[in-house]
Amino acid sequence: MKTLTSINPVFVIVVVMVGAIPLLLSGTEINPVLLIASLMVAATPLLIAAIGELVVEKAGVLNLGVEGMMIVGAIAGFAISVETGSALVGALAAIVAGALLSLLFAFLTQFALANQVASGLALTLFGLGLSALMGQSYVGIRPPAMAKLDLPVISDLPVVGPILFSHDPILYVGIGLCAAVWGLLKFSRAGLVLRAVGENHDAAHALGYHVIRVRVLAIMFGGACAGLGGAYISLIRVPQWTEGMTAGIGWIALALVVFASWKPWRVLLGAYLFGGINVLQLNLQAAGIAIPVEYLAMSPYLITILVLVIMSADKSGAPASLGRSFHASQ
Amino acid sequence: MIYLEKRPQPSRSLSLLTPVYAVIITMIAGGLLFAALGKNPVEAIRTIFWDPLFGQYAFYYRPQLLVKGGPLVLIAIGLSLGFRAGIWNIGAEGQYIFGAICGAGVALALYPMDAFFIFPLMILAGALGGWAWAMIPAVLKVKFGTNEILVSLMLVYVADQLLAKMSLGLMKNPEGFGFPGSRNLQEYPSAHNAELIAGTGMHWGVVFAFIAVIFAYVLLNKHILGFNIRLTGEAPRAASFSGVKPSRLILFCLGMSGALAGLAGMFEVSGPSGQVNIDFAAGYGFTAIIVAFLGRLHPVGILLAGLLMALTYIGGDIAESQLGLPSAAIQVFQGMLLFFLLALDLLTNFRVRFKSGAAA
Repeated sequence: MKTLTSINPVFVIVVVMVGAIPLLLSGTEINPVLLIASLMVAATPLLIAAIGELVVEKAGVLNLGVEGMMIVGAIAGFAISVETGSALVGALAAIVAGALLSLLFAFLTQFALANQVASGLALTLFGLGLSALMGQSYVGIRPPAMAKLDLPVISDLPVVGPILFSHDPILYVGIGLCAAVWGLLKFSRAGLVLRAVGENHDAAHALGYHVIRVRVLAIMFGGACAGLGGAYISLIRVPQWTEGMTAGIGWIALALVVFASWKPWRVLLGAYLFGGINVLQLNLQAAGIAIPVEYLAMSPYLITILVLVIMSADKSGAPASLGRSFHASQ
Repeated sequence: MIYLEKRPQPSRSLSLLTPVYAVIITMIAGGLLFAALGKNPVEAIRTIFWDPLFGQYAFYYRPQLLVKGGPLVLIAIGLSLGFRAGIWNIGAEGQYIFGAICGAGVALALYPMDAFFIFPLMILAGALGGWAWAMIPAVLKVKFGTNEILVSLMLVYVADQLLAKMSLGLMKNPEGFGFPGSRNLQEYPSAHNAELIAGTGMHWGVVFAFIAVIFAYVLLNKHILGFNIRLTGEAPRAASFSGVKPSRLILFCLGMSGALAGLAGMFEVSGPSGQVNIDFAAGYGFTAIIVAFLGRLHPVGILLAGLLMALTYIGGDIAESQLGLPSAAIQVFQGMLLFFLLALDLLTNFRVRFKSGAAA
């Protein structure tokens, strides 16, 4: 019975959504292979940012600044790519920028013991402003392209080729990251310490672990991931720079962690589902079906709410110390 | 060795002083930022904080203080009730938009009728619209335990799309030569939220903001509901033992903040802005979060913080036109203010000690 209740909602969501796709596609001229390939691209920023936030939350910290770190990563990656002419250098710069910005959050919540919700919001508001300021001279420019995987023969295979073997490197990094986080959390000693800090920081402290140090590192990892996710949007997904271009993806990433019950593989599943919804609604907009564009554009946010409602019954995966400040005197 | 010692009681004087310190430090850091952008920092800070109040053209800018401060205070008062109880409505922007759509919808439906009851009806519709939009996260939280932060925020994006749909579709001005946007309510006397005293910027929204401040003050200090809100925020366990029902508090706090945000949107759309249009949402709902914290979640503090924040908006506009300071710089400035405020809060709850050798 226990497994039934914990699997059911996710299963139902997946079946309903996958079942709805052929229905929506009938009558339009959308190529399903290209659709799957582009949904993987659409899902990647979400996947990378959500994996980062998952690690942060596993350490017991709730960082609501994902959106802010993503957009700063987006402009930092974009600007450095344009200046250096290399998209890869840009992506590295975005990682650094995201991690640096997250240090502000780490200082506020871990050393100044400020409220995590308020600090995360501050990070988002600040990041949105900062990115707009940094991005002024980069509007309307095209960034250098990132080379795509091109294996002889394999990348040219029908169906499998475009879906699996001809993407940009960061997409594979995202999937690898997901696997690595799963493995580290489950099997490594570092993962055990991280989870201990997130479940009960007082006990972890009593055992001699450095709660604050672990959390700061986790926050920086989350920031780096959010930065990379943001750069993926401005460098590969769109690719250009517009103000506020992350358009809530950082917030959807936060929702995704709840959806995934703090399990890395479910983050992957959830990211691909949301990516699918987004690509589908964009394709339907282009195909000119009877539903107005604005209502289609609402759908990812409405579906996020719906999924949150279905999933919020199961809070068993939430780290017990999530959102609580730690100070050794308490 | 520096270490922190928890104060038995949060310091009262520091709690009042930290916002002032935060503003001063933000001015310094902001000055550095403006210098980095190649502007004269002293001139920039003076343009933002001094010119709108006492400069040559201050008579023109001073009314703007109430026009911009009114919605900020109105929204922030509502948010502060929830924030005090640990209920995080961060989607006030969406409630603001939906309130405006509902309020304007009443006016546009009755156009061109001329009657005294139209404006009160719009006020009601605006408040109800904002309330209803906020009830979505409230009911979902009470019924299913869904996180209100994420739901209320998602609804901002939904409201944004709805606003676009309305200004391009249903509410589009039939005599607007195909441009997006509704009829201008400023040209419809029965629905126009006009200045009450010419040249002051005082409109009905500002009046409601003042009423909200007084209402919130009385609620928090003299009423059992206000006491329960504070109790839930400061000692949740004690609150549950004393029989406070969290679900009722959630419905009240979210509903109240939604209604006030909806009112703010309605007064804006029928007054200073004038029409339902794609670019109607100006971010008041998010800036109000900063206002609420800067005002220490206290009604009087919020009033002062709202005026200060309005000042940065006006000053930012002046600095943009006169010094070429990018408008995003003001956004960064406001974000920094919240950072410094949160960091300095440490001093109210902890004492910084210096000691050599082994620390606690």
